[in-house]
Amino acid sequence: MSTSLSGIAASNGIAFAKAFRLENPKLDVEKTTVEDTEKEISRLDAALAKSVAELEVIQQRTREQISDKEAAIFGAHLLVLSDPELIGPIKEKITNDKQNAESALKETADGFVAMFEAMDNEYMKERAADIRDVTKRVLAHLLGVSIQNPSMISEEVIIIAEDLTPSDTVQLNPQFVQGFVTEIGGRTSHSAILARTLEIPAVVGAKSLMGTIQNGVSVIVDGLDGQVLIDPDEATIAEYQAKKAQYEEQKAEWAKLKNEATVTADGQAVEIGANIGTPKDTTGVLENGGEAIGLYRTEFLYMGRDEFPTEEQQYEAYAAVLKAMDGKPTVVRTLDIGGDKELSYLDLPKELNPFLGLRAIRLCLEMPDMFQTQLRALLRASVHGNLKIMFPMIATLEEFREAKALLLEEKAKLLEEGIEVSDSIEVGIMVEIPSTAVMADVFAKEVDFFSIGTNDLIQYTMAADRMNEQVSYLYQPFNPAILRLVKMVIDASHREGKWTGMCGEMAGDEIAIPILLGLGLDEFSMSASSILKARAQISKLSKAEMASHTERILALGTSDEVEAYVKSIVS
Amino acid sequence: MVEKQFTITDEAGIHARPASALVGSLAKFKSDITLEHKGKKVNLKSILGVMSLGVSSGSTVTIAADGEDENEAIEQITNVMKSEGLADQ
Repeated sequence: MSTSLSGIAASNGIAFAKAFRLENPKLDVEKTTVEDTEKEISRLDAALAKSVAELEVIQQRTREQISDKEAAIFGAHLLVLSDPELIGPIKEKITNDKQNAESALKETADGFVAMFEAMDNEYMKERAADIRDVTKRVLAHLLGVSIQNPSMISEEVIIIAEDLTPSDTVQLNPQFVQGFVTEIGGRTSHSAILARTLEIPAVVGAKSLMGTIQNGVSVIVDGLDGQVLIDPDEATIAEYQAKKAQYEEQKAEWAKLKNEATVTADGQAVEIGANIGTPKDTTGVLENGGEAIGLYRTEFLYMGRDEFPTEEQQYEAYAAVLKAMDGKPTVVRTLDIGGDKELSYLDLPKELNPFLGLRAIRLCLEMPDMFQTQLRALLRASVHGNLKIMFPMIATLEEFREAKALLLEEKAKLLEEGIEVSDSIEVGIMVEIPSTAVMADVFAKEVDFFSIGTNDLIQYTMAADRMNEQVSYLYQPFNPAILRLVKMVIDASHREGKWTGMCGEMAGDEIAIPILLGLGLDEFSMSASSILKARAQISKLSKAEMASHTERILALGTSDEVEAYVKSIVS
Repeated sequence: MVEKQFTITDEAGIHARPASALVGSLAKFKSDITLEHKGKKVNLKSILGVMSLGVSSGSTVTIAADGEDENEAIEQITNVMKSEGLADQ
């Protein structure tokens, strides 16, 4: 077992090298009284001039090696060195109080550092580091101490430092510096941002770092999971080499797939969508190459507030999502509240079995006013994109018919009011209750699509509360009982020319994907960050080959057997 | 003395880079130039002063220049505000 430290993953990647401790010189400042204040002022001016000259070189270097944008920060440092609010008070302390230049500088700068650190804003707090960086340089010149120069490093190393100042970071030559670890700092500190720009793996905020790692010891930096492995044994090195190779392979593969369609090795197209909770999430969906939104959970609009969201507020959110998706399919699930999700302004009676109680569509049909407001907002937004409306927790055909009737009623009212509504809105249901899965052939004649919600389908099929750890062994996505239900739903939809999606955790699972592909699932909806990985996996699988295994998989007896079987056919 | 109000439209408010451009462009002016935000007034020629205000997006600031080249200073500030995307008027 090798020792390890945990920190904040600041820049992706994995690096192996020897530790190089970058330590700040001791800059002890003593407060003394000077007689010749003019001489003291000229000492200060000389130190300032030397610092300016150095910073100009660093700024130039950064402009050439990194970017104008990164170089601009040294422009700010240079301005600090000529700042009347900083230099004025320092010179006053020297002239009026006969203080030595070092202590006059330190006292004045410390005042600014404290002021920035006290600000209620992460960005401003980190500017305190800029002031420290600048004053450190001037102080070193005043004291005649040389500052360690990271640009002199000439072998492969991992920098270990309490903190890296911006000027340290730009001097790091990526040819030799394989990665770095700091004891303080956050994901938005300069060094973290620069590490991502330079694509050097980095971990920041690794507590007790300086007390743990000695110079020259071998170190692994895991910027993916924020881990630092110290003096790793052979097994650990092998493990991380494999992780590194996998990451690099994935990165190259994923980048190629962002703007590609999702197509299997035998040329069959499927769709990968994302699950989202707020309009803001669409950015991540598009950045990760999502082809659709398979589940927009509208309950977040209702949560964290004191009253129901108005029709207008809802309209704005739905329209924002549809506009951002620019014509890509967008499945919006109507309010799924109740059960474990409560609203402070909606006083519902306590239930003995909330998961089996008044929730989702049951509640919406019980409170038609609330439901109608949401339906109106959705219908009005429909003109902005490719809207599909989905009702959650449908257990019977009557529930679906009643919900759809309310929708059509609101549509007729809007048209009568002269408000435009799209004519091509598909209306579908979540399949998460076994009764609906079993009756899928009948539902398929009336709905436009199915989306299988696996988390609930599993808990209702296995009669196991998914919040109860004592029965967590029953949460078995690969249990053949679940897979058979999934098959019934997909087959039923296809017989009526409809489609089936899946929006539970299972849709992004690498064991589930080959099975679902074989079963003929049309749409896989998952968290945005899983999309490219899933697309890469699907591109290597043959749908026909996976389908040829379906019969054998469904005839297996247990979840473990299914998992083992899938591993044997895909590896 | 000349005064002008600006509404900051940059999403990050007046942060280090545009603040540097703004402050850096003023060294050549003889006028005293101040920036006022929420009742606090700082020297606009001081990067630390400007940064210490922590001006966020959507806030209104008043800039005042006083001296022989006050008009030129305000014009320069208006140009930098625009070119740095800090404010658009």
